[in-house]
Amino acid sequence: MNQLSEKQHMKRTKRRLFLNRFSKSIFMLSAFFGLFFLAVLLVRVVTEGIGSINSDFLTGKLSTQPERAGIMGAILGTFWLMLVVAPVTMFVGVSTAIYLEMYAKKGRLVSFIQTNISNLAGVPSIVYGILGLTVFVRVLDLGNIVLAGGLTMSLLILPIVIVASQEAIRSIPSYLSEASYGLGATKWQTIQRIILPAALPGILTGAILSLSRAIGETAPLVVIGIPALLIPFPGSIMDRFTVLPMQIYYWTLDASLVAEYANLAAATIIVLLVALFILNSTAIIIRNKFQRVF
Amino acid sequence: MTLLHERIKEKPLSIVRNESWHKPIYETNGLNLWYGTSHALKNIDLSINEREVTAIIGPSGCGKSTFLKTLNRMVETAADVSISGNVTFKGNNILGKAMPVEILRSKVGMVFQKPNPFPKSIYENVAFGPKVHGIRNKATLDMIVEESLKKAALWDEVKDRLHKSAYGLSGGQQQRLCIARCLAIDPEVILMDEPTSALDPVSTHKIEELISAIKNDVTIAIVTHNMQQAARISDRTAFFLNGEVIEEDRTTTIFNNPTDKLTDDYINGRFG
Repeated sequence: MNQLSEKQHMKRTKRRLFLNRFSKSIFMLSAFFGLFFLAVLLVRVVTEGIGSINSDFLTGKLSTQPERAGIMGAILGTFWLMLVVAPVTMFVGVSTAIYLEMYAKKGRLVSFIQTNISNLAGVPSIVYGILGLTVFVRVLDLGNIVLAGGLTMSLLILPIVIVASQEAIRSIPSYLSEASYGLGATKWQTIQRIILPAALPGILTGAILSLSRAIGETAPLVVIGIPALLIPFPGSIMDRFTVLPMQIYYWTLDASLVAEYANLAAATIIVLLVALFILNSTAIIIRNKFQRVF
Repeated sequence: MTLLHERIKEKPLSIVRNESWHKPIYETNGLNLWYGTSHALKNIDLSINEREVTAIIGPSGCGKSTFLKTLNRMVETAADVSISGNVTFKGNNILGKAMPVEILRSKVGMVFQKPNPFPKSIYENVAFGPKVHGIRNKATLDMIVEESLKKAALWDEVKDRLHKSAYGLSGGQQQRLCIARCLAIDPEVILMDEPTSALDPVSTHKIEELISAIKNDVTIAIVTHNMQQAARISDRTAFFLNGEVIEEDRTTTIFNNPTDKLTDDYINGRFG
C-alpha cells in the first residue's frame, strides 16, 4: 500500500470495517423484522385463544353458541382436503416437471407451456375459486364437497410444485444421467433410479411450501361455497366440508356480533398453526431421511 | 510360428499388412456427423479390432470424443445431431432402428472424463447395470459386484465399506469404480473418453495398469490427450484432425514412423 500514507490507510480501513459491520446489522434487522411480527401475532393469538382450547372445543361440533362450539369438523375437513390435494399435486406436478425437463423437445410449445405455468403462479387465488366453481362444482356437478375443493386447491398450488420440481430436476448434473444411459438404462429407469431420488429433497421442499399454502388458503373455498355452519363431520372426500381457515374467517367476521367468537377464532388459529407445524415437520423429516442417504 | 502363419493366411490381405491378428469388432464406413451445420466428423473409415486397445489422439475439437460417443450412440443426446454413413458393431448396423440403443449399450460400456459415480453406495454403483438389465438375485449381484471390483483392482480397498457412499472415495478410486460399474455389465467393448485427464499421476498409472490387465477380455477404445499414454497402452492409434482421420496404424508405427507429416508434427508437439 505504498500509494497511501499510513494515516490515510488507517482511516480507510476503519471506514471499510464500519461498512462491514453496518451491512451485517442491516441483514440482521431484516431477518428480525419478520420474526418480530410473528412473535406479536403469536402472543396475541395465544393470550386470546388459549383459554378456549379444551377437549370439548377440539372434539366438538360447530354451534352458534360460542361456549358449545367445537372444531372437530373443520380439523377433519382440513385432513380430508389435504388427502386430496397432496397426492394430486405431487403426482401431476412432478409428472409435468419430468415431461418438461426430460421428454419435451425444447421449442415454442414448451416455452409456451413454461410461460403459462409461471403466469398461473401469479393468478390470484380467488380466480382459481371461480374456476373450481365452474368446472368442478357446476360442470362436473360435484357440488361443494371435499373432492371439488381439493382439486381447486391443487390447481392453485400446481404451478409452485411444477416450478420447484423442474428446478430440482434441472439441478441434477447431466453426467449422472449419461452414466446411466451409458450402462444401457432406459429413460424411465434413469428417471426412476437416478433423477428422482437425487431430486427428491428439492421436490419435497417445493411441495411442503405449497401444501402449507393450501392448508391456510380461504379465498377459493369461499367462492366454491363452504357452509358457515356445517354440523355433521365429513367422513370421506365425497362429503360437504369446512376447513380451519374458513372457520377462522367466519368467526372473525361475526366477532362484532358475538364477542366470544374472537376467542374461538384465536383458538382455531392456534390449532391451524399446530397442524401446519406437524405437516411441515413430517415433510422435513421425510426430506432429511432422503438427503441423508448420500 | 506355424500356427501364426496359418492364421495370417486365413486373414484378408489388408489385415496381414497391418500385422494384426484380431478381427474388427467395429467398422465405420463414410461416417459423417453434423452438430447443426457444423461438420464434426468427415468421412470416417475406421476399424476397431477385437481385444486390442485403440487410442484416438488429436487436438481439442478434432472430433475424437464425438467419434467415440457415436460408437455407443451417446452422441445423439446432444440437440440437433445428424449422422450419415455406416457404423457396424459385429457386423450389425447400429445407426438404424434395428438395434435399440439399450441393447448396444449393454455390450458397449463407457467411462467418462470426469469420474461420475452415482450418489449411491459403492455396491449399488456396481450393481446398477446388472439391475437395470433385470438381474435381481442377490447372490448373483454379490458375485458380480465382487468380481467387477476385483477386475478393477479396487476390491481390497473397498471390501469393508461396500455399503458406504461412493463419494467417500478419492478421484482415482472413483474412476476405477466407474470402470468396475462398466465391467459389471460384462461389455465386449469399453469406450474411454480421456479417463485419466482429471487424475493425478499415481491414479493414472493404476488406470493404465488396469487397462492392460483387462484388454485380453475386452476391446478398448480410448480417447486421450496424453501422447505418452497412447504410446504406453495402445496397440493401434488413430490420429484425428478437424474431423478427419489423418492416419491410423499400429501404435509403434504411428509413433516411430508416421506416414503423414501432420501426424509427425502432432506427436512431436509441434502443434495441438
